[in-house]
Amino acid sequence: MYTFRRMLKASTLAAFSAAVLVSTAQEQVKLGQAITEVSLAKFDLIAEPSGTGFPAGSGTAQQGRTIFENRCAACHGSKGEGNSDATVLVGGNMQSAATPLRTVGSYWPYASTVFDFIRRAMPANAPKSLTDEETYQVAAYVLYLNGLVAEDEIMNAQTLPQVRMPNAEGFIDQSHIQ
Amino acid sequence: MTKSSKGQNIELDLDRVAANGLLSRRHLLSAALGGAGLAMARPVIGQEPGINLEIPAWSKTPGPGTSPYGNRSAHAQLERQSGFGNPLYPGGGASRSPLQHLQGTITPNSLHFERHHAGIPAIDPAGHKLVIHGLVHQPLVFDYEDLLKYQMVSKIYFLECSGNSGALLYGGNPDGTAQSLHGLVSCAEWTGIPLSALLEEAGLLPEARWIAAVGADAASMGRSIPLDKAMDDSLLALFQNGEPVRPEQGYPMRLFNPGWEGNTSVKWLTQIKVTRNPLQFRDETSKYTDTLPDRTSLQFTFPMDVKSLITSPSGQMRVTQGDIYRVTGIAWSGAGSIRRVEVSADGGQTWGDALIESQQLDKALVRFSIPWKWNGAPAVLQSRATDSAGNVQPTRDAVIAAKGTINRYHNPCIQSWGVNTAGEVTNVYV
Ligand code: HEC
Repeated sequence: MYTFRRMLKASTLAAFSAAVLVSTAQEQVKLGQAITEVSLAKFDLIAEPSGTGFPAGSGTAQQGRTIFENRCAACHGSKGEGNSDATVLVGGNMQSAATPLRTVGSYWPYASTVFDFIRRAMPANAPKSLTDEETYQVAAYVLYLNGLVAEDEIMNAQTLPQVRMPNAEGFIDQSHIQ
Repeated sequence: MTKSSKGQNIELDLDRVAANGLLSRRHLLSAALGGAGLAMARPVIGQEPGINLEIPAWSKTPGPGTSPYGNRSAHAQLERQSGFGNPLYPGGGASRSPLQHLQGTITPNSLHFERHHAGIPAIDPAGHKLVIHGLVHQPLVFDYEDLLKYQMVSKIYFLECSGNSGALLYGGNPDGTAQSLHGLVSCAEWTGIPLSALLEEAGLLPEARWIAAVGADAASMGRSIPLDKAMDDSLLALFQNGEPVRPEQGYPMRLFNPGWEGNTSVKWLTQIKVTRNPLQFRDETSKYTDTLPDRTSLQFTFPMDVKSLITSPSGQMRVTQGDIYRVTGIAWSGAGSIRRVEVSADGGQTWGDALIESQQLDKALVRFSIPWKWNGAPAVLQSRATDSAGNVQPTRDAVIAAKGTINRYHNPCIQSWGVNTAGEVTNVYV
């Protein structure tokens, strides 16, 4: 642990602008401005496995097909087959004898990540250009291409995080090793 | 410049420390050393040709004066090497540090390795915000100018991509260089605000266990970090080697998690959400997870293992029979400091202790060296590091036995540089 509070001296920390004075040996500057969670509605894109952070709206794979063909297929193929190792979205089997192809369908442990990742990072040439509604639709389509949801199944904040992923039990948490 | 002073009396046979030409360290300590070999590994002690010194032309002409921004010599044009760009996705990819041309332990900022998931965002710091929210008493937003007023700490740390050296796991790459095989490691002095200070300012709620860190790049790349690490030694880094963090390293600010896989040190940091559980971002599920032979996958494999690498002589260099070389390289560990580096010239059968030339700081690169006389016979040069926790760098066979070859992350294995009878140095598997 840093113990720099104790080391703090009354001194200026001249960086680019004249710095605020640290007045006493115990005092740390505190310049964070208070905000509310509500103010982050357009800023916070985190969609959690618990369903927290999923926006309003919904969509089906049926509705997502056209968006996928127009906005995703150039890089991911019209069936999600991809044009490189990095862009395959469909297929694979973790138990295959040969090195398994690891995709959304065969590898990913959480469906929430499909929505979270598409909303923050895809399409790669115009990230964050889809509406929440379109994101639900195209996420449903990616899950559908992997045989994980039906074509007309409605994906929303409640249903999408509940989609069971085949490799959900395939991960061993190592975070205790730090 | 790289020759020893004349008249030195070297008793080679008495000073062997391991088989196949490894010599006592005092052959280097007493030799006058100079610059790094660029195309070739340069002998430290070789034949002494007749030299007649004269005043060179540049000592007879006044040169240009000062300049607002320094430049490197036209004779020392080191470069990063880029890899795996996708034409459909130009911003993604990586570039590697020219390890075989660097000396010491600090990587110049323009040569620090890069890994971007959606290119380098053009951030105006006046418009950049850092938000801390989630399981806190008071969500906060910080401006760049305000953050510059905080008490900071400066620490020298390595940063290594967990995909570094991954190619060695599947073999191949006989033409590989230290740069192309291992160049996703660099080391710099990072100056910033302990993250604990900012988290305490927001006030942690009792149920807080993780933070989610998100960047302001086009991928909004996110990683989950255990709160214990965030409160221990994580930094909000604002400066790198004394200057504002470079755009490709996260300007105006990045997270820095000492000793951990590089991807967790989220660049262009804009959001910290304090949470109960990890967020399961794409880059901690689909990527940066280590699949084992039994098809289970290790997740949240954070610390980088103890590791070392000979940077000279190394792949694509050449050595000359009878010359004495300064075998040199770097070593590091995410678990502490480097205690010992051994070098072998016979593929790991016998080892000699290398000299640690640099400071042995926690989670920072060290520089080591040992003199070696190439006798013309085939040789395999290896280095093996031991850290302050007692971890010893494993062989490639041991890494593969433990984790298989599906996985491409976290490979700390011993690198073998083969020397053939022509003196050519290549990446070999022994
Ligand atoms: C310009 C090319 C391009 C377009 C268009 C594109 N993607 Fe991608 N996508 C990529 C690349 C490249 C990656 C891999 C990125 C990486 O690994 O950093 C990727 C990764 C993904 C992944 C994660 C794959 C994995 O296994 O980790 C998903 C899911 C995805 N894209 C969905 C979409 C969807 C849905 C669309 C359409 C809305 C889309 N992409 C449009 C290039 C593209």
